[in-house]
Amino acid sequence: DQVLHIVPETFQQVQHLQLFHLCISFFSAQLDLWKPLLPEDIRAGEDLHIRVPAPLVQEVKDSLDQHMISYRVLIPDVQKLVDQSMPRERSSHRQVSGDYVYTEYHPMEEIYQWMTQIQKNNSELVTQHFLGKTFENRTMYYLQISQPSNKPKKIIWMDCGIHAREWISPAFCQWFVKEILQNYKTDPKISRFLQNLDLCVLPVLNIDGYIYSWEEDRLWRKNRSPYENGTCYGTDLNRNFNSSWGSAGVSFNCSSDVFCGSGPESEPETRAVAQFIKSRKSDILCYLTIHSYGQLILTPYGSTTKPPNNYEELMQVAKEAAAALTGKYGTSYRVGSTALILYNNSGSSRDWAHTIGIPLSYTFELRDTGAHGFVLPANQIQPTCEETM
Amino acid sequence: DIDDVGHKYCLELELEDVLDKDRTVTCTAEVLYHLGSRCSAPDVQVTVQGELRSTEEADKEFYNRIRSLEKELVAENIPDSHGNVPPELEPIHLLAWAASGYITWQNSTENTKFHLAQVKHVRQVKRGDEDLQFDFVVLLHEMVSQ
Repeated sequence: DQVLHIVPETFQQVQHLQLFHLCISFFSAQLDLWKPLLPEDIRAGEDLHIRVPAPLVQEVKDSLDQHMISYRVLIPDVQKLVDQSMPRERSSHRQVSGDYVYTEYHPMEEIYQWMTQIQKNNSELVTQHFLGKTFENRTMYYLQISQPSNKPKKIIWMDCGIHAREWISPAFCQWFVKEILQNYKTDPKISRFLQNLDLCVLPVLNIDGYIYSWEEDRLWRKNRSPYENGTCYGTDLNRNFNSSWGSAGVSFNCSSDVFCGSGPESEPETRAVAQFIKSRKSDILCYLTIHSYGQLILTPYGSTTKPPNNYEELMQVAKEAAAALTGKYGTSYRVGSTALILYNNSGSSRDWAHTIGIPLSYTFELRDTGAHGFVLPANQIQPTCEETM
Repeated sequence: DIDDVGHKYCLELELEDVLDKDRTVTCTAEVLYHLGSRCSAPDVQVTVQGELRSTEEADKEFYNRIRSLEKELVAENIPDSHGNVPPELEPIHLLAWAASGYITWQNSTENTKFHLAQVKHVRQVKRGDEDLQFDFVVLLHEMVSQ
């Protein structure tokens, strides 16, 4: 965008400029009068400063030339000036969360510290809440991002890290929080979002499993609750929810990676999440659960191919999301119900959320499609998160 | 669908060179999954249209480098937990990937989808002749546990 300085010399030129302004405004572009404020105050012999949006700059200049109205460029690049006058990237990073490096994977200790720091540095918007305890007695916290308002707001819930080895997932939750907090004042989309919605983010659901994947077995998937007299460990938390529990794509054998537990919600982590979501279900508009890998946006259901009642809406929203995602780096995501494009499975958190009444419920399977799989290199954290944002 | 025999798939594929992302080669393939395929690997016929890049240079370099090692090569967790592969282990990684392809093929049915998750362990085996031999332990992920 440029700002032009014009001193109209004759009444005719004034008229032309006023008409021009009227025409352009009518066709919904914004010719932004900086001086004077109103077109009727344009006078011959007096300064006129007008901001012209970038796509119209040439056309406006041509028209002024045609009418022999002289001008000069006062500000050649409005955006640059705006950027320069804003607090620098570095210092706003510091504001949000110190020098936390979002392009690396972090162990659980550091994620706990990060949550505390985020709340401290953004206390006008962020509160940290107790959700429950894991089997190994670790505390599960979620962050609530909420702009104070006198109107009641709907909630969007997002959890990451239900499967321990999917490290890109908690990395995304942290990135997401950072992006929102860094940009809510300046990004009109985000600020409008927060005016109408609250965000609840659980950065790591399966904390015990996540720690185990750092310390013992990088490809661990389940939680760490013992079965069979402590000879076998772990329930697949995404088979443990109360939605057609135990009916498809599961094993009743503890040694399987898809062991569904001793019953629906047998695991403390599952109960912690389910309890919260149940208690606020009339306020929750959208349930998101982030996984890897596969590059998929999955809709309910996994246990049956029978489509959910709002199938069209679910698909439309998901397709738009996938298109926006592809627009960033060309990464292609497939969209559809788990039962149709992946395989059958029951007891997933996404299916359960939908059956209790949350209309928009999705599983995101982030990058990649198998070349690195679960062990996605850290240098892909940034592009993955940026496109998913 | 071929009665009493199994299911045949006719495919058109584009292969991307792992070491040169802009380089692609078109292939056609026929895959026949036998009925009761629990016991036998699918039959696969592939025709490559075009040329596969010669890897003779890189192979020779790798061969000479390993031959010149003082001790037999041993490594584990390729890639590491953060997804990194040290450059000197990249050829080992690729070798394991190719070998996994064979295992995947031998164990594939119409309902499986395998990917190499990680090379858990690799050990070079000492030999009397001039061949190189490696023992790999690879972890293959089957898509069912997603």
